[in-house]
Amino acid sequence: MSDSVTTPSESSRLTVALIGNPNTGKSTLFNALCGGQARVGNFPGVTVEKKVGQYQFKERDITLIDLPGTYSLSPRSADEMVSVDVLLGRQDDIPKPQAVVCIVDSSNLERNLYVFSQIRDLNLPTVLVLNMWDLAKNRGITIDVDELRQRLGVTVVMTSAHRQDGIEAVSEAIIQVVEDEVTPPPRLFPEAFYAEVEKLSAWLVEHGEEPAHFYLHERMLLDVRGASEEATNKENTLQLKEYLGETRLRLAAEGCRIPAIETKLRYNWIREKLDGVMVRPASDQTLSTSDRIDKIVTHRFSGILVFALLMFLVFQAIYTWSGPFMNLVEGGQNFISTTVEGWMPPGTLRSLLVDGLIAGVGSVIIFLPQIVMLFAFIAIMEDCGYMARAAFLMDKLMTKIGLSGKSFLPLMSSFACAIPGVMATRVIENRRDRMVTMLVAPLMSCSARLPVYILMIYTFIPASFIFGWLPLQGTVLFAMYALGTLIAIPIAWILKKTFFKGETPPFVMELPPYKWPSPRIVFDRVYDRAKAFVVRAGTLIFSVTVLVWALSYFPSDHSELHNLSIQMETIEVTAPAEQETLDQLSDQHNLLAGKLIRESYLGRMGVAIEPVVKPLGWDWRIGIGALASFPAREVVIATLGTIFSLGGDTDEENPGLRSTLAAATWPDGRPLFTVPVALSIMVFFALCAQCGATLMVIRRETNSWRWPIFTFTYMTVLAYVAAFLTYQIGTAIGG
Amino acid sequence: MTDEAHSMKTLADLKQVGDQVRIVEVHGDDGVAIRLMEMGLTEDEEIELVGFAPLGDPIEFSVRGYRISLRETEAARVEVSD
Ligand SMILES: Nc1nc2c(ncn2[C@@H]2O[C@H](COP(=O)(O)OP(=O)(O)O)[C@@H](O)[C@H]2O)c(=O)[nH]1
Repeated sequence: MSDSVTTPSESSRLTVALIGNPNTGKSTLFNALCGGQARVGNFPGVTVEKKVGQYQFKERDITLIDLPGTYSLSPRSADEMVSVDVLLGRQDDIPKPQAVVCIVDSSNLERNLYVFSQIRDLNLPTVLVLNMWDLAKNRGITIDVDELRQRLGVTVVMTSAHRQDGIEAVSEAIIQVVEDEVTPPPRLFPEAFYAEVEKLSAWLVEHGEEPAHFYLHERMLLDVRGASEEATNKENTLQLKEYLGETRLRLAAEGCRIPAIETKLRYNWIREKLDGVMVRPASDQTLSTSDRIDKIVTHRFSGILVFALLMFLVFQAIYTWSGPFMNLVEGGQNFISTTVEGWMPPGTLRSLLVDGLIAGVGSVIIFLPQIVMLFAFIAIMEDCGYMARAAFLMDKLMTKIGLSGKSFLPLMSSFACAIPGVMATRVIENRRDRMVTMLVAPLMSCSARLPVYILMIYTFIPASFIFGWLPLQGTVLFAMYALGTLIAIPIAWILKKTFFKGETPPFVMELPPYKWPSPRIVFDRVYDRAKAFVVRAGTLIFSVTVLVWALSYFPSDHSELHNLSIQMETIEVTAPAEQETLDQLSDQHNLLAGKLIRESYLGRMGVAIEPVVKPLGWDWRIGIGALASFPAREVVIATLGTIFSLGGDTDEENPGLRSTLAAATWPDGRPLFTVPVALSIMVFFALCAQCGATLMVIRRETNSWRWPIFTFTYMTVLAYVAAFLTYQIGTAIGG
Repeated sequence: MTDEAHSMKTLADLKQVGDQVRIVEVHGDDGVAIRLMEMGLTEDEEIELVGFAPLGDPIEFSVRGYRISLRETEAARVEVSD
């Protein structure tokens, strides 16, 4: 397909793919080679991250493609197929690699060479990088590299990527191997197997398929229901399935049983090649130390205790410790707004700048402290080896809702904020588990819901005690937190049975030996995530904020309001003592602001939807409040403040807002807010997807608009129905 | 399942930390079976029980010089002999 991308005039260009097991130091090597310069995106149509770097070495421009860490090259899903497609030059947006660098962990050579043995079958110029060379040495593992080079028939380079040792040798090896002749791959399988692959290739061409690489047809035979078969034969019009089934039976009759034969032959080959080349010490200090730590960390009591403590810490970090930084962001935003207000007279342009643009940027930056905190913790826990243990501890619990232990941390983080939570689902390599986790994460009660709960509970729920000892207000607050979590269970279950059904993914997980986390890796990961958020989700969040500003500003005529502002600002400067006049003006201003928002597009929408929200016990004012909070739920307080003519600068603790709400009535004089109404508002806010930023992050992580739209729809419907039931039942019981 | 399948000994039957067995076969041809084999759980390989998660599942093993965690249902797919 794209073989022709490399034209002779570009002969100094080299495209190189980098592949290896997870945790082998692949990103470290990538960064060491490219100096941290990388373009990150998504491969089209899948959730696989595409990372491409460029660097120069000896007059050659080298493009390095980082493929996802993997234990094998036997694709069982479209996501896994991407790596094979890239390596074979079948991925349209990437030129065919002229060489492949396979990085392995020297201290765990045997299992790491499995994917290498598959890569050999691609018949590409290959460099084998023995990384973690320092670690292998420290652990007393010896490897006879010259002999290994001989036996494997490829170039072998030793590196300690984290110390930049041997990096240049990797580049040397790359530009060398593309010149050298490729040693043909070892023929591990019985001849009968190769004969069948050739027959299959011929059969496919006969049936009108394009000729394709031998490896793809090898995979078709070896991977029962694999992605290579799927990609060629979506509708099974060819009867390929039957053909493959018969072939496998024939091979089995000759003692070549698929799929077991492949792993058996490859591992035998690895053993044979390593025999006498690699020697492990009788007792490995690193492993035994690691086992001792595991005895405590995965122990029935101490393990749970350590886990609970760590999770408490993570939660504190995102919930509490990020507070001061968020205040700082807010302070900065206020400072800039005030400065702008000092320069400019009130008017549409100023409003656009302050309430639209500056508020828009603020609404992106405000999430950074939480994102940085969470990812710092995740990076540390991942790099020291604890993350795998946390998944190990929590797995049993999470299987009850059809997920795995790896979903725990993303979901728990979502109690503070769903944005880092959704971003953290990357640790889940199974696509279906990851999607379900991502789609239920916004149901966890995040910190932005708290102000709404506080306002409603402390204004309308009596401070009495149930059974004489259980505080009612606290119980309601707890119930709101529990609500989203409890609802997430059936939702996850349904998603697993509908959109994301399929065989239970393996939870076969490597538990790496513990080590000290590397500050550099931690910094890099945090930086990557923060940057990804700002650059790619940020623009969308920003646009939504500006859009809502426009909806609430236009088409009303704001000149009178601006006049009032000018008068107030003049008095503040010239005669600050005239408090009475100022208060009067301020009241007029707030009254007018309330009227203007009612006349705005947003206000008209709110009035128009009153019939829709009436069954929830709401009037149009609450309706506008809810509408305005779709981009960000926390703005509801300020919006209610404006609509009820208190000015926009209120917060949930404001006694003025509380008493105004308590005094609000329907046109016929009935009180607007009753206990069932307050409950229905809280339930609505607990379940609704009122966070543009989360939806944009879902869009970015899934690389499609479909899932944010889905999330928005299901949560809004859920919120509406639940709020309806709450109000109706509440009223019937006699609220 | 046949009677034979019922009576076979699997990794999920190991109880004692430190128990060492030899793998006979990984049953099935689905993603789980393949992953197990790719991770090095192949015929004739030695494998040792290292420990259990607090709720008894998953289970940690040592194979080919590294540590791996398997769910009980996955461990039950691996037929072993002493
Ligand atoms: N001792 C040692 N550690 C390394 C080496 N290369 C990378 N690391 C560390 O191994 C960990 C995983 O590295 P990373 O590049 O994230 O691995 P990836 O998952 O394969 O991308 C990090 O803590 C690195 O600092 C090495 O050659 N020796």
